[in-house]
Order: sequence, then structure tokens, then C-alpha cells
Amino acid sequence: MPLFLVILIAAAALVFGGARLIGNDYVFFAGYTVLQFIVLATAWNILGGYTGYVNFGSAAFFALGAYATVFVHKTYPLPIPLLIVIGGAVSAVVGFGMGYLTLRLRGAFFAIATLALAVVLQTLVVNWDYVGGSRGAYIIRPNEVALIGPYIQYLFLLMLALVVIALTTARGIERSQLGYGFATIRDDELAAEACGVPTLRLKLIATTLSGGLMGMAGAPFPYYIGYLQPSSAFGLEYAVNSIAMPMIGGTTSWVGPLIGAILLGSLQQIATVTISSAVNLLIVGLLLVGFVIIAPNGIVGLVQDRLRARSK
Amino acid sequence: MPLLEVSRLSKRFGGFVALDGIDLAVAAGERVGLIGPNGSGKSTLVNCVCGTLANATGTVRFDGAEMDGLTTHERTRRGIARSFQLPRPFATLTVADNLRVPLLYTVNARSGPTLTPAELDARCAELLALVGLGDKATRLPRDLTQVEMRKLELARAMAADPKLLMADESMAGLSHSEVDDIVTLLVRLNERGITIVLIEHIMRAVMKFSQRLVVLVSGKKIADGKPDVVIRDPEVERAYIGQ
Repeated sequence: MPLFLVILIAAAALVFGGARLIGNDYVFFAGYTVLQFIVLATAWNILGGYTGYVNFGSAAFFALGAYATVFVHKTYPLPIPLLIVIGGAVSAVVGFGMGYLTLRLRGAFFAIATLALAVVLQTLVVNWDYVGGSRGAYIIRPNEVALIGPYIQYLFLLMLALVVIALTTARGIERSQLGYGFATIRDDELAAEACGVPTLRLKLIATTLSGGLMGMAGAPFPYYIGYLQPSSAFGLEYAVNSIAMPMIGGTTSWVGPLIGAILLGSLQQIATVTISSAVNLLIVGLLLVGFVIIAPNGIVGLVQDRLRARSK
Repeated sequence: MPLLEVSRLSKRFGGFVALDGIDLAVAAGERVGLIGPNGSGKSTLVNCVCGTLANATGTVRFDGAEMDGLTTHERTRRGIARSFQLPRPFATLTVADNLRVPLLYTVNARSGPTLTPAELDARCAELLALVGLGDKATRLPRDLTQVEMRKLELARAMAADPKLLMADESMAGLSHSEVDDIVTLLVRLNERGITIVLIEHIMRAVMKFSQRLVVLVSGKKIADGKPDVVIRDPEVERAYIGQ
């Protein structure tokens, strides 16, 4: 097993053990949200950070995973790990489709197309009665799970596992041929083609992987929230946070979305408890403006620039 | 059989005819200079040969195979490399990693044995040494000077292990001695067996480099032959100096 994966699993075990030691269920509720944002931000970064294609439709992929769960739950209830695989597969297919339809678009045009996808999917869900339509859908979850205890701890553990998968995937890409290909698309697509990089194929891989991971993050969400309605699944905070977190942390490395999600996610949880959940997006906006001015390449970029300047 | 064979190639941008029935054959190992006033169609021809632009009519054959319908990266893998008029390095990758990309995606994508990570490192170091950037391997392109950027551009094209290199204005904006540096480098690359088509405005460099000179004016080929003969062609003189 690669050392990085061993370290991640050990870190995840420490986080879970530490949270259990605190012995308060709220830690798991708040922690779940932060972990969910780590997966979302990492997934967004595979497309937006590595290839430079800004996706404003993160909420759509997240919601697809969540609604895939609602659909399967109503049709033939399955264990959550299987629902995560199904949710991921559905969102990956839609990610592939989106990539295919928008292959020739770049910059603002691509971003608008992804935003349009979110609107179209939300309209479909609102009018799809089987998954609750506009009135929403209830998911009754058990109180406890054997061996683990409270259900929220089980969900927290599942999200930790997804964080491990997402970070391992992102780091694996970064250090592979695929990662070099993605970076060339971000830097200069024409030069990339002239170097033999099959840019269209790589973009499809990026949209599929990114969409799939977002869907996986969304699949356990109905069990977490208990009542899923379109406005919560397609919430603006998912689209905004999954962009802001990598931007603040740094988009060129897997560490960036991790740092950004922990920083912003924790701040939002603290603000929710101490002030109001309504200030969450205000915090994101202010931090984003601050970072664009002070550190346009995020925290990781700032550190890299300092290290490079020192080594010269 | 020529390495590159362009037959009756045409390209229009709306009402503007950029290329008008161009015929061009380049033999393996040749050093060809391609000149012409601004807007004569030189870069458009490069773009059509490399697959960046689709030609309206005519055909491009390379190494015996028809290139029409192939994407740019497929043509690169078949052996057509190019450098750009304005250097287009991968800004977030180090100088060495800029060369690693074509090695991974072109050399390793061809049939046959692939390069191991150690061989990739060695090939990057060898190419950087060849163009005189050996000590810049870990730097970012933004740390390079203009001439170093041009050299990186050529080294990156070379990393694709091409049979044909289309060098599009590799010397624009360089000083006298820097131009000499690049010409020497291009001749050295040609001596390694690479056919080179040099698109250039600096006549001193073109005359020093080329074994054959092709002149385009308003999308048409008006001269093709030995440089010292072509340069005295009245039609070429008229195109450059006016009547």
C-alpha cells in the first residue's frame, strides 16, 4: 500500500478517534459538513484547478448523487456504501455528458454552460414526483449502527473514507502523466496539442472524475439531512464553496482544496454556532476578495512563491 | 518521395484568401526557409500542416500518409513538431517538466518501448544541455530571458522526437548575437537528421540557414529555389521592396 494512503488512513483514524473522545454528537454533525466540503473542493479542483475549466455547477453533481440515493432508497433500499458508488456513477456519467457537450467551450462560456446544467437538472428534479418533486423527500434513518454506535458517527466515518479516496485520487493524478496533461490544458491548450497531448480526451476524463467524486459526496447527504428538498441539494453554498475553497487554499496542488475546505468549512461552522448561518456566504465572499488581492494563487501558491524566492 | 508534400492547399477566412493553391514538397533532411511579407500566409500554412487549422481544399501528406482529418496531437505523434511565433511555455511547469510533456505524450505514446522515469529525466537533461538551458531545469518559464524562452520552445518541439520541425519566427525580437545562437542551434538540430522549415523575417538568418527558399505573397507561392537565386528574383524584389 502506498505510504501516502497509509498516512491518510492513519490521519483519518486519528480524526475519528479524536472526535469520539470529545463525545459530543455535534462534533460529528459539524465535522461531516467540513469533510463533505473537502471532497467537493477536491473534486472541483480536478477540473477547475488542474485543467483550468471553472465549473459553476458543482451543486448539480452533488444533488445528483443525493437524488440517486433517494431514488434507490424508494425503489430498492441498499447500504450507503453501495449508494455512494451508484451516486458517483450517475454523476460521472452526467459529468462525461457535460464534458462531451461543452468540449469546444472555454472560460466564461464553459462556466455559464455548467451553471445552465445545474438549472436544468434542478428544474427536472422539482418536476419529478417520484423523488419528492418540489415538496421534498424524507429519509428515515436508523438511530444506531452495529459496532459504531450513533448513525451520525457512521456517516462521519463514510465521509472520512471519501476524503481518503478523493485526496488519494487527486494526489495520484497530480504526480502522473494525466496530471502533466491536465496542467498543460490549464496553461495553454494549443501548445498542449502541439506536444501530443490529446486535450479533448483528457478534458472528458477530468469532467467524469470530478463529477463522479461530487456525486459520491452527495450520496449520503439525504441520510445526513433526513429531509431532502431541491433547494437544499442544489444550494448556492455548494457551488460557491467548492470554488472558493480551492481558490483560497491553492488550485495547483491537492493540498490547496484540503486547506481551503478545513479553513472555510470550520469558520462557517463556528459562525453558524456563534453568530448565524446566514453570515456563511458573507465570510466566503470576504475571504475570497482578500485572497484575490493578497494571494491570487492561494495559500499554497503564496508558500511556494516564498520558498522559490528564498532558493534563488 | 518527399517527407512533406502539400498539394493545392487553400484556406480562407471569410472573404480573405490566406492560402491559394499552395504546392510545396520538402525532402527529408532539408533546411527550407519560408519567407514572405506580413499577411502572406506563412503562419497559416504552418497551422494547416500542423493541424491547428483545417484546410479548405488540397491535401497535406507526411511521411507517405495523408494528414487531413488528423488532430494536431495525432500529427505531432506522427512526427510533425512546431515552435510558436510567440513562445507558449507551460507557465506553471518547470523548464524540465515542459520537456517531459512531449516525451510522455508523444515519444511514450508511439508503439515500441516506453521511456522509464530515469530515462525521461536523462532525456530532459540532454535536451536542455543541447539548447544551453542545463542550469535552468528547475526554474519556471517566467524566470527565463527572451532568448532562453525561444530555446525552450525549440527544445520542447525537439522533445517530441520529430522528423519535421516547423520553426515559426523563432528569432523575432532577438539581438544580433542571439539570432546567431538560434541559427547555430537550428543547424545543429538539422545535423541530427531533423528536417526543418524555418519561417522568418530576419533575412540574414534565413540566408545563413536555408538550403532552399520558398516565398509566399498574398497566399500564393511566387518563388521556390536556391536562396541566392530566389532573392534576386524580380517578383520577390517587387513583393518586398515594391515597384
